[in-house]
Amino acid sequence: MFARGLKRKCADHEEDMGGALAGFRAVPSYSLQRQSLLDMSLVKLQLCHMLVEPNLCRSVLIANTVRQIQEEMTQDGTWRVAAPQSTGRAPLDRLVSTEILCRSMREQDGVHPAPGMGDDHVLGPGSELSTVTSAQTPRDPQNSVWEMDSPRENRGNFQKSLDQIFETLETRNPSSAEELFSDMDSSYYDLDTVLTGVVSRAEPGPCDGLQGLPPVATPASSSSCKSDLGELDHVMEILVET
Amino acid sequence: NFFSTPKLGMLYAPPCCILTTDIISTVEFNHSGELLATGDKGGRVVIFQQEQENKIQSHSRGEYNVYSTFQSHEPEFDYLKSLEIEEKINKIRWLPQKNAAQFLLSTNDKTIKLWKISERDKRPEGYNLKEEDGRYRDPTTVTTLRVPVFRPMDLMVEASPRRIFANAHTYHINSISINSDYETYLSADDLRINLWHLEITDRSFNIVDIKPANMEELTEVITAAEFHPNSCNTFVYSSSKGTIRLCDMRASALCDRHSKLFEEPEDPSNRSFFSEIISSISDVKFSHSGRYMMTRDYLSVKIWDLNMENRPVETYQVHEYLRSKLCSLYENDCIFDKFECCWNGSDSVVMTGSYNNFFRMFDRNTKRDITLEASRENNKPRTVLKPRKVCASGKRKKDEISVDSLDFNKKILHTAWHPKENIIAVATTNNLYIFQDKVN
Repeated sequence: MFARGLKRKCADHEEDMGGALAGFRAVPSYSLQRQSLLDMSLVKLQLCHMLVEPNLCRSVLIANTVRQIQEEMTQDGTWRVAAPQSTGRAPLDRLVSTEILCRSMREQDGVHPAPGMGDDHVLGPGSELSTVTSAQTPRDPQNSVWEMDSPRENRGNFQKSLDQIFETLETRNPSSAEELFSDMDSSYYDLDTVLTGVVSRAEPGPCDGLQGLPPVATPASSSSCKSDLGELDHVMEILVET
Repeated sequence: NFFSTPKLGMLYAPPCCILTTDIISTVEFNHSGELLATGDKGGRVVIFQQEQENKIQSHSRGEYNVYSTFQSHEPEFDYLKSLEIEEKINKIRWLPQKNAAQFLLSTNDKTIKLWKISERDKRPEGYNLKEEDGRYRDPTTVTTLRVPVFRPMDLMVEASPRRIFANAHTYHINSISINSDYETYLSADDLRINLWHLEITDRSFNIVDIKPANMEELTEVITAAEFHPNSCNTFVYSSSKGTIRLCDMRASALCDRHSKLFEEPEDPSNRSFFSEIISSISDVKFSHSGRYMMTRDYLSVKIWDLNMENRPVETYQVHEYLRSKLCSLYENDCIFDKFECCWNGSDSVVMTGSYNNFFRMFDRNTKRDITLEASRENNKPRTVLKPRKVCASGKRKKDEISVDSLDFNKKILHTAWHPKENIIAVATTNNLYIFQDKVN
């Protein structure tokens, strides 16, 4: 079902869950999966800048998805500012099956956690809930997600994360764009190919019983690469201005 | 009528399917159907020509053989933005034939080119001052004069670029469409549509511009555009939000205000985070009659009556079984695949591609549909293609394929239907299949 070599997520075979998932009992909550979708989307937005000029339609659709999630989380009251940075544990841990997100919103009404309740209780042992980090004070939900506070500084962060991604490619000179891209097949945007070539796998988290979780993770080492909604603004600006 | 035979889809596999070395990115028959053009990721155009019917072997129509191959676009580098401009051919559109030569427009992300394809099957011989190999003769050896004559030679097909329409698009071109006046054409990118005259390359008119003043407010892009087949002042464009706007160029120079807006209200019971993405229209095509238009979104094909804006008149589900898999398809990016669709010559059947090298046809009159597979392994040559079925859930019957066994790398994005006959061209990633219905 997945592109090249990517193993299927177990949750696509709910009837097979049985023994393979000994360590993971709870069905992932809606908000956990929504968070996971948010992280995935932010990673997609960042990564698509690496190849030829990003597909604007795709970027806009992903950005709209992020905005929808943000709006819903704001209404829920689950849109929180987390003060401590995560210890760098990759979103991989929280990327459990998001199939539940495909179901209609109406079905989810009963599943929404009460505001303020938090999601800790549904996670597997040992993992942290790292919410979306933001360096800014809590946003006014009315503000457009595109609002930018400090373009230059955010751009610097973004450039740093780009550089880190480039460095892991083990090419000589990240600035020689043509060399960098020469052996990349940019014909079809193939997320897992890019990721497996780019990113060193994050250390296994508590959910590694779920084999074949796709390695959708930014380099685990640096928190500046973290999906950070504060960076979304300048990511979009860079994307749409090119 | 193609579907009037008892068996739905009497298509059979010709003895050969055409292998290409690069990913096919567009397929288009010319107006007579005699020629079939393909564009690929490497910037090449390959044109196939139908053999003249063989009277002896009357059980099949002529096969398609390579007629001409040329390099249409080369990769470029945009130094200002430090980004590559791909040479991949996004679209090819044929001009109607006016003389012995054929003309087509081919485009990559940024530049449109008009190509002339002409045949040469005679050459002049008997020059006085030149030898046959081109060397000049010593004039003193010329004692008599003769008139050069044309002698037959092996057919040579030459392609030459006649016009290059460049530097008019900031964003990636997704569509080109030739006007019914055969003098102008439009080109559409993500945010703008330009109108060109075929003879004029140094300027174009901008007729649609949806770029917001502040790019951070961008939430919608243009995904496809097409001129009406009969009204030279009318065109439509589709968007990533599932809307189609019909514009009349007589109303104003800048067609920012649509004449009609086609949009189906969302089904609230199906709403999810992926609703918008799957509503994004990947292709729009007018019927030959000009009375209807067809749109393709991720899961369905819709037929719209131009006189009714609030909902389509027909909706066909292409692969509804994918609705529960949207999250995985978002993750592996398949949800962004842009499928095209096409009409048959009489507008009675529509066709579109799917995954696992499947393609689907819908008969608008009988409401029957069929799923077929473009592969050599699974189809014996000269046999009728076997219909396929995907098992969405529950027990899988024999010969059915379960959703989870589908190969999402094998996608059929580009299909084309001969304008007059039941011959179809179906492009898998690397292969071009040409199927025709059984002629008794």
